[in-house]
Amino acid sequence: MSLWFWLLLACVLAYAWKLVGYFVPARFLEDPRMSRIAGTMTIGLLASLTVVNAVASGQALAADARLGALAAAAIALALRAPFLVVVLAGAGAAALLRMLGWN
Amino acid sequence: MKLLASPAVRVGISISIATGLYGVSFGALSVTSGLDIWQTMALSLLLFSGGSQFAFIGVVGGGGSGIAAMSAATLLGMRNGIYGMQLNALLRPTGWRKYVSAQLTIDESTATSTGQTDPAEQRRGFWAAGIGIYVLWNFFTAVGAFAGSGLGDPKQWGLDGAAVAAFLALLWPRLKGREPVAIAVVCALATVIAVPFVPAGVPILVAAVVAAVIGWFSHGRSDEGLEPDVEPYRGHHGHDGGRHSHRGNEGDQGSQEDHDGGRYRRRNGTVPGADS
Repeated sequence: MSLWFWLLLACVLAYAWKLVGYFVPARFLEDPRMSRIAGTMTIGLLASLTVVNAVASGQALAADARLGALAAAAIALALRAPFLVVVLAGAGAAALLRMLGWN
Repeated sequence: MKLLASPAVRVGISISIATGLYGVSFGALSVTSGLDIWQTMALSLLLFSGGSQFAFIGVVGGGGSGIAAMSAATLLGMRNGIYGMQLNALLRPTGWRKYVSAQLTIDESTATSTGQTDPAEQRRGFWAAGIGIYVLWNFFTAVGAFAGSGLGDPKQWGLDGAAVAAFLALLWPRLKGREPVAIAVVCALATVIAVPFVPAGVPILVAAVVAAVIGWFSHGRSDEGLEPDVEPYRGHHGHDGGRHSHRGNEGDQGSQEDHDGGRYRRRNGTVPGADS
């Protein structure tokens, strides 16, 4: 139930961000700082989410099959593979490494 | 079908299919991170912003709290506010259209619209991409959620690796140039350092603060990182094998320079004086 609460709040706030853009006066666009922060924060959050999902295991750091997924995804992206292929490469690499005994 | 003759609508449809399809991976990962099918669908229907949705389930899947998941998703959604300002200036929607436009304001619909120069085409591009992605993204989320809930042990299928790959794929197109790479590296390091010291989920918020501080004090391009997950006009930049090539249907609409010009204005002109 509590997860529902945070989930719906996230939905409301996501819509609020979007709506704010349509109602703030255009002159706010002239302050480049806000759009810069939105941009650097997007990069920072996605980099952080990548790393957390690759090496964090609760509050510990772990080197396991997910590192193989990270490498496989990077190779797929360097080869300009579409999103879904990149995701499948990551899953395939992790599954394969586990089958070979590396957790 | 006059609509299909519009280059912006064609781009909108192709980007809808490409983006909608990866709703499958969101749906499957969401149910294996511990959300149920209804929660998964609520995210796609109501939140409707790929990066934030992946962030929410990524934090929950990593053992983070609901409030950390909500915070990460919300911070990642800030860029949609910037897109909203750009689109409002460009399309000037009125009445109820404003509220619908807002919900459809995401990376891809913004990129499809701002990549056009003719106001009518900008409008068509926005609605074609926005509605197309909304419908397909939700459909494929449901497909993924039903498929994912029958998978059993997600680790056996490497689904935790799929999540890693999904985040890297969302980040990748934004890493154009040295500065975004440096930001990504600094934030990744901050995350790794924070992991042992704070509860799960919080390291992501630490990285967000670091990124915001960098954004506040630095003076690079004003739209750094504001790049779509899928680049609709990639073909025009000459570094692609033609995956999204739309060159064949532009003869009646305008020259290639027109399209690049629209893109160029978005990057360098909509925020006066922002670019050096």
